[in-house]
Order: sequence, then C-alpha cells, then structure tokens
Amino acid sequence: MLKKKEQFMRLIFLFSACTSIIAVFLICIFLFANGIPAMSKIGVFNFLLGKNWKPSNALFGILPMILGSIYVTAGAILIGVPIGVLTAMYLSLFCPKKLYRLIKPAIELLAGIPSVVYGFFGLVVLVPFIRNYIGGNGSVMLTASILLGMMILPTIINVSESAIRAVPSNYYEGGRALGASHERSAFFVILPAAKSGVFASIVLGVGRAIGETMAVIMVAGNQARMPKGLLKGVRTLTANIVIEMGYAADLHREALIATAVVLFIFILIINLSFSLLNRKSI
Amino acid sequence: MEKFKITDLDLYYGTFKALIKVNLTIEANQITAFIGPSGCGKSTLLKSLNRMNDLIEGCRIDGNVLLDGEDIYGNIDVNLLRKRVGMVFQKPNPFPMSIYDNVAYGPRTHGIHSKIKLDEIVETSLRNAAIWDELKDRLKKSALGISGGQQQRLCIARALAVQPEVLLMDEPTSALDPISTSKIEDLISELKERYTIIIVTHNMQQAVRISDKTAFFLLGQVIEYDTTENIFSNPRQKETEDYITGRFG
Ligand SMILES: Nc1ncnc2c1ncn2[C@@H]1O[C@H](COP(=O)(O)OP(=O)(O)OP(=O)(O)O)[C@@H](O)[C@H]1O
Ligand SMILES: [Mg+2]
Repeated sequence: MLKKKEQFMRLIFLFSACTSIIAVFLICIFLFANGIPAMSKIGVFNFLLGKNWKPSNALFGILPMILGSIYVTAGAILIGVPIGVLTAMYLSLFCPKKLYRLIKPAIELLAGIPSVVYGFFGLVVLVPFIRNYIGGNGSVMLTASILLGMMILPTIINVSESAIRAVPSNYYEGGRALGASHERSAFFVILPAAKSGVFASIVLGVGRAIGETMAVIMVAGNQARMPKGLLKGVRTLTANIVIEMGYAADLHREALIATAVVLFIFILIINLSFSLLNRKSI
Repeated sequence: MEKFKITDLDLYYGTFKALIKVNLTIEANQITAFIGPSGCGKSTLLKSLNRMNDLIEGCRIDGNVLLDGEDIYGNIDVNLLRKRVGMVFQKPNPFPMSIYDNVAYGPRTHGIHSKIKLDEIVETSLRNAAIWDELKDRLKKSALGISGGQQQRLCIARALAVQPEVLLMDEPTSALDPISTSKIEDLISELKERYTIIIVTHNMQQAVRISDKTAFFLLGQVIEYDTTENIFSNPRQKETEDYITGRFG
C-alpha cells in the first residue's frame, strides 16, 4: 500500500518536473519552426545585419533593434550596477539593523512592481524630466536606460547581497587582524571574494533588461531606425515584436517570430554565462 | 623584558563570564603556550590581546592589558595595535586572491604602494615563513590552489609582512598533517628570535617541543603559569597534573 502511494507520488513529481522541460521544448519548436524559414527567405545576412526595417517594402533588417537592445541594456547596466552593488555592500556590511528592516522590504517591493507601472512612472515622470532638463523629446534611449536601470536594481541588490553575505567571516577577520579598517576589509577582501556572485547578479540584470518589454515601449520612442544617440528614440527587439504583432501577416509575421528567435538566443547566451559563473564560484 | 602585562582581566560574552581574574606576564622573544581543555578561554584571551574580541557583539572586559607599558584598551588606534600584534588563525584563511596579493595586503593597507618595496616585502616575508622556494614561481596564482600546510605558512608570511612585534597563533597546526606541522613548528622556533609568540595548542608534545613558558587554563582561569619544563615535569597544581597526564575529565 505504502509502496503504491510512494510510486504514485514519484510519478507526480516526475510529471511536474517534466512540465517545464516540455514547455521550453515546445517554445523552442514553435520559435524555430516559424523563425528559421523566415530567416532563410529574407537571408540570414540581410536579416541580422540589414539596417532597414520597412515591412511595407519587404525590408526586414533587424540590426537597428539588435543595437537598440544592446545599447539600452548597456545603459541600464551602467546605471544599475554601481548603485545596486553599493547598495548590496551597504545592506550586508554597513547598515544598522533598524534601517535594514526599512530598506529591505522597500527593495522587495521594487521587485514586485509590474513593469507597466514602471512604464507609467517613466512616462509621467522621467519623460517630461528628460525633455525639460536634458533634451530631446523625452522618449529617448537615455530615458529607457534609466528606467531599466531602476528595474534591474532589485535583482542586482538581492543576488549581490546574498553573495556578499556568503563570504566566510574568516576572510573578514583575516583582514581586520592585519590592521585593516572595517571599510577596507569590506571593499578589498569581502567584495573581491564575492565577485563571481556579483557578476552573476549583473548577468541576471542583463537578462532582465534585455527581455523587458512593456516599460521600454512606453518610454523609448520606438523608431525603427539605427540608434543615433542618447537623446534620440530607439526600438528594442522586444518592442519590435509587440508593436507590430497585432497586424503583421505572412513574411512580416514570420520575421517578427524570427526576431523572437534572436532574442531567445540572446537569453540563452546570458543564462549559459550565468551557469558558467556559478560553476566557477563553487 | 616583558611584552604583555595582563592584570585582573575579566571578560564577559553578554552575561557569561569567559575569563576570570587573569594575571599573566608575557616575556618578549619567547614562545608562550596556552593549554587547557576545550572551552576554557584560551582563544578568548588570545583575541583580547589584539582586540579581535571587539568584533564580537556583547563582549566586554574589565582589567588591564599593557603592551610595552601602554594600555591597549585605552585611547589607542586599534588598527595600529593589530599591526603590532599579528594573528594566525586555526583554519588557514588566505584571501581568495593571488599569493602575492595576500602577502602584499597588509603592507598596502598600511600605506606602502611602491612596487619595488612590495616585491621586497613579499619575498622576505615568504622567505621568513620558509615557503619562498615552494611558491616563488607561482606568486600570481590563486592562494586557494595550494595545500593546507602551505596556506598556513602563507598566512604566517602575510602576518609577518606588516612587521609585527607579536604573533598570536590559535592552534595553527590543528588542521594540518604531521609533516606540515613539523615545518611550522620549526618555523615558529626560528621566528622567536625576532618576535614574541603566543600559541594556543591542544597538543602537549607541541607545547613541550617549542614553548618556553606554558599557561594552563581551566574554566576561564589561569591555574598555573610557569616554565614549560616545570609545568610538564613537576606541576604544582593537581588540576595541571591531571590534565597533562591525560587523567582529566
Ligand atoms: N562569541 C562568543 N559568544 C559567546 N560565548 C562565547 C563566544 N566565544 C566563546 N564563547 C564561550 O567562551 C568560553 C571560552 O571559549 P574559547 O573559544 O576561548 O575556548 P577555547 O579555550 O579556545 O576552546 P577550544 O580549545 O575549544 O578552542 C566557552 O565557554 C565558549 O562557549
Ligand atoms: Mg579556541
């Protein structure tokens, strides 16, 4: 009787474990089956390196969007990583307990805010701010980078913080025993010891930034042309798909799915480097 | 010459009294061993000599510890105190960086940045720790990739690199094999010419082999403090005798 029950439970576990694998597998099949033919019809070279995206003229070059995604993400990293890592250092090594109980939930909250809400915040606060004080029409690359920089903060802070906390205390004690101050031990012993975890947090942040869609669409301008500068609009890969999916047909529609394939490969590379980093840290 | 003079030292972890009225005088350029059963306060006393106990929340002391006549719990720079009184831990704890950077960490902390000077300090320290020949070809490699015994000698080199006057060692060989242990014992004996060394050990033979004086601890008190010879050949207290003959407990 017990054995039967055990076997039954084992089946349920196995089935649950398989669901996610099956899901990934189905997504892969769907993406590649629809995307690859489009790519070959357009020509891989024309598709990936083409500078013009004009579906009405049958021009399907996604280089502008690839670069758009990369630039916006790089900007987000430039803004989010220093702030995030320093916050993680502060939380794990400097913060008084009382303040911690205030900051930590705030960060958790930041992580839970839906991206459309971030988008609204960007639209109502950041866009006018940039337009009035910095330049451009406000819906520009800089705005998207700042907004994404804020959105990846919780990821970077939480992952970095646990990496910093996981550094064995005997490193810290070793530093102090040599006459190093608390600050010096924190930045020159603990932080280097946590660096693979911190890099992992950055990689996760990149993944989040590159995949973000809604918030970016709301503030980035979305012009499908080669990125021209911080104060000009850009379109990312994700935005490209969402904006045109509703009315696209035939090759146009397939080209959008092929765009998703490119995005998927980006994420794949990011996840791969994440697990490589993790393996190294053990 | 006396290096440390400890008078009526009481130490509390919260409400728990871990050291009770400790009185000890540690001679310069000698090796002093602390022995006693587990939990009797050897590490606690050691840590109070370079104020590493400051890092422990709720730790409080009464009494006096003088280093060369100066009260180390008075108005002094703790980081400079720790530069003068170095420490080697029970578990080798090299930083996860290169061998070179490990040794250079202390000097850099204390303001030395010239490459020539650092190179020189790194080499002398590794030589003094009797590990230069083994490591000289891989100074840029990670310190975590060498054996436990080498790591411990690297930690000794790292401590020596800031030119301390005193070395505190908390069971420095308890995690090591016999060969590494004897290397480190030889090293300690050599170092005593230039440094004052205090070593905590659970190994009676080790205390006999290397130390000049021995303090026997029991439940937070120093029961007996004398030359190592006297402690091990004719102890005056019954507790000491029971402990060293293994009848304790
Ligand atoms: N951080 C701490 N907080 C509270 N109590 C502590 C702390 N560290 C040590 N103690 C207590 O103080 C007493 C002395 O501890 P200590 O580590 O000095 O012993 P020890 O002689 O070094 O023992 P061992 O030989 O096992 O290393 C023990 O009863 C221990 O439980
Ligand atoms: Mg101990």
